[in-house]
Amino acid sequence: MLSLIVFLPLGAAAVLAVLPAIPDRAARWTWVAVALADLALVGVVLAGYESPAEGGLAYEERLRWIPSVGSSYHVGVDGLSLPLVALTAVVFLACAVYALREDRRPRVQAALFLFLQSVCLGVFVAQDLILFFLFFDLSIVGMYFVIAGWGHGNAARSALKFFLYTFLGSLALLLGFIGLYLAAEPHTFDIPELVAAAPLADNPGVGGLVLAAILLGLAIKTPTVPFHTWLPPAHTDAPAIGSAVLAAVLLKLGTYGFVRIAMPALPDAWQAWAWVLITIGVVSVVYGALVALAQTDVKRMIAYTSVNHMGYVVLGVGAAGLVGSAAAREVAVTGAVTQMVSHGLITGALFLLAGVLQERAGTYEMAEYGGLAEPAPRYAALFAVAAFASLGLPAFTGFIAEFQIFAGSIGTTAAAALALPGILITAALFLRALQRLLTGPPQGRAVGFADVGVREGLPIGGLLALALLFGIIPWPLLDLITPGAETVVDLVSR
Amino acid sequence: MRPLALLPEICLLVGAVVTLLAGSFLPRERQWVARLITVAALLAAGVSAAVALGGPPRTAMMTTFAVDTGTGILRLVVVAATLLVIGLGVDELAGTKRESETYTLLLLGALGALVMGGTIDLLVLIVGFLLGSIPLYGLIGMVRTPQAAEGVLKTYLLGALFGIVLMLGVTVLYGIGGATAYADLTVGLAGAPAAAVAFGLLGVLAGLLFKAGGVPGHFWVPDATQSAGTTAAAFLTTVPKVGALLAAHRLMTIVPGSVDWPLLVAVLAAVTMTLGNLAAFAQTDVRRLLGWSTVSQVGYLLLPVAVAGGTTAALASLLVYLGGYAVTNLTAFAVVAAVPGRRSVEDYAGLAASSPWLGAALVVSLLSLVGTPPTAVFLGKLSVFTAAWDGGLAWLVVVAAVNTVASLFYYLRWLAPAFRREEPTEPARRPAPYATAAAVLGGIGVLTLGLLVAGIAPMLGTVLVAP
Repeated sequence: MLSLIVFLPLGAAAVLAVLPAIPDRAARWTWVAVALADLALVGVVLAGYESPAEGGLAYEERLRWIPSVGSSYHVGVDGLSLPLVALTAVVFLACAVYALREDRRPRVQAALFLFLQSVCLGVFVAQDLILFFLFFDLSIVGMYFVIAGWGHGNAARSALKFFLYTFLGSLALLLGFIGLYLAAEPHTFDIPELVAAAPLADNPGVGGLVLAAILLGLAIKTPTVPFHTWLPPAHTDAPAIGSAVLAAVLLKLGTYGFVRIAMPALPDAWQAWAWVLITIGVVSVVYGALVALAQTDVKRMIAYTSVNHMGYVVLGVGAAGLVGSAAAREVAVTGAVTQMVSHGLITGALFLLAGVLQERAGTYEMAEYGGLAEPAPRYAALFAVAAFASLGLPAFTGFIAEFQIFAGSIGTTAAAALALPGILITAALFLRALQRLLTGPPQGRAVGFADVGVREGLPIGGLLALALLFGIIPWPLLDLITPGAETVVDLVSR
Repeated sequence: MRPLALLPEICLLVGAVVTLLAGSFLPRERQWVARLITVAALLAAGVSAAVALGGPPRTAMMTTFAVDTGTGILRLVVVAATLLVIGLGVDELAGTKRESETYTLLLLGALGALVMGGTIDLLVLIVGFLLGSIPLYGLIGMVRTPQAAEGVLKTYLLGALFGIVLMLGVTVLYGIGGATAYADLTVGLAGAPAAAVAFGLLGVLAGLLFKAGGVPGHFWVPDATQSAGTTAAAFLTTVPKVGALLAAHRLMTIVPGSVDWPLLVAVLAAVTMTLGNLAAFAQTDVRRLLGWSTVSQVGYLLLPVAVAGGTTAALASLLVYLGGYAVTNLTAFAVVAAVPGRRSVEDYAGLAASSPWLGAALVVSLLSLVGTPPTAVFLGKLSVFTAAWDGGLAWLVVVAAVNTVASLFYYLRWLAPAFRREEPTEPARRPAPYATAAAVLGGIGVLTLGLLVAGIAPMLGTVLVAP
């Protein structure tokens, strides 16, 4: 079942790629149909999902693959990965609908995004380090072509920077994986086996180095300060749907790696490094918010709020490595995973909204707009909702996530309170952006700005509706995540 | 003697002679018969090598030649690589003045690589060195341009120099070890003075590095690759390397512990990959770029040689990488051969739009050279990194990883224009059909090796299955 979900988009991508005769219209609708079918399959999995026993997996599949290096095709989901699988399917469907009017090589674009969808889903279901790395690396390749092929501005340069930077991260990750493999007896790349063995527990020196390599790889992908410099140019020059996928899904590959691999497989090293992570988290939160505040370009501003939001996740998982009440740490990890989902929904919507600006008026500069609420009321409403959701207003998932992260991590260490100003600054910057873009009399390029239509409103509204739904009724999401978070906290406390 | 154990080598030798004779009597427009003979000889060699695979390890030619898993895989890789070279070269060679001579030289060069990689006797190693080198000089000089003349002269002079250094090394090792067979040398060198052993070893290793195209014997590679015909360039950056690196691995297993050779080879590996990458940065001619890229690849390939004695996985990882490298490198050259009019990276603008299949083959081969999964070289890199780390050279693995990131830069410099949307200024010529087919075939091979090695691994015998 999981294999079908992962490889269905890939198969469709292959068909679209090798048949140049497919007309553009058919290609665009095929993409939507396949994304919808994949989401339906994820829905079936969600409906039939029951939390597995601690440390277990649901929908597990395992096949021989590369026995010579102890690697197998092993996939499965649990409370940590299933929400992200669902998020991926939702975000890609939103992008497919949003791109229905794309006129630049729509067939190739559809194939590329379906390919990206496959590899992103693959990362979340992979239970083998080599399989994880394979999908992780291919996501970089896919994104490179998205930015270079459909970007604007200085796209070639941004794409190159993105590729080089994240490829450096993925190689650091590979070194860490090799270290884990060699430390395990018998040698294996299988994640559950490595987690059960926790191979470097009695070797703090090597364990620290291996964790450092893995953390470097994941931190570049996440990205956290000081490895975030690839993110703003990549976002600014990527196409709208590329930015949405990059922020909503690709960044999660990094943070997901923390809870899937780094924490459970290297518990001792994680505990030793917890303070480093908390520091990085706090700095990312505050620094990301401050730099976002200084931006005049809407898309760059949203990009820096991603650094801020991912900082909360790092803070939450870092606090889980400290000695303290297990309940508080579970809350922090649950909040961190919720934040991944929440950020995906909300920031995905924000980037699509920024894409509307570029499509209509050709610029992201806030100074070029003003009073958009009058000519484009629907756009203004959607933007306002997304901004409030992103700054953590109650009734949206962002609030649920950040509240839990703070409750959990401050309950573990008071130092986490240092990140609280991040919330204030984010609120200030979003309110300022709303004021500049939406209020007042229409001026600059806002004059004659066409309002969002169904094709744009549906995906943006859909993402925000989900953020609202799980903000008001969070228990289905939390019930899914909490058992997984409990397992991780137990494992990291060994 | 056991001549049957050497059937694949004999097939190549007979094939070379028959091709040469047939070529001498055939009119120019019927030289394809010579090509068929060559392909038949290669296929016969491949089949006999496949049949022999998995048999018990034994020796041939009075214990100077090992017929084991290493030799078996080497034969398959060399035969497959030579077939692919001929496939990508048909468009360039068909109907030319020296078609059958080229095939003969390719067969002899392949035979030289097999002798080098399979031998376990220093004297036969010299024979293999000469047999592998002399056809190369002919191949490089086959196109009669001033650049090719410079390339062949450079290669010849360096080849002569390193050949003498190799023989000097063999002489010293014979003098202090009292034998030339590896089995006897292991005993003979055990009590010998370390300085003399190191001197002799360095000489032999230098000769092998000339063939492999690694530091310090790498100077000829970029010039020869750029100036020779594409067929010759593809061959000389692939097949001799395969033989020489296996020979280096065999040599390393006999060195006594008195010499810290893992460190020596590790330093050479680090210098080779770094120099190759740094030099490739500035290249705009794709052939020269590929030439330097093959130098850097030798650096990675030296990782398992450095830990040859330390871990059981070293030989397996070397063979996996060699196979993956051969097919990947040849795929890249097949793309070059398919569009002979495009020389610089900028000339490749719009390639993917005009020939999507070539664009796909280029992506697959270059990403494989970088080491992105799920390609063949990724698997190679993964296994050599693992073997080297396991053998205690974790620092070298880090150097190799950093180099890998650096290499991405120049491969992307080639890939990015190929995928740029650009209206061609002049009507694009149709890509050469055979080379295109070879490129697509090679690309499929790269992905198949990367993904389905599970199905292949059991065939490779116990060496590769052991962790």
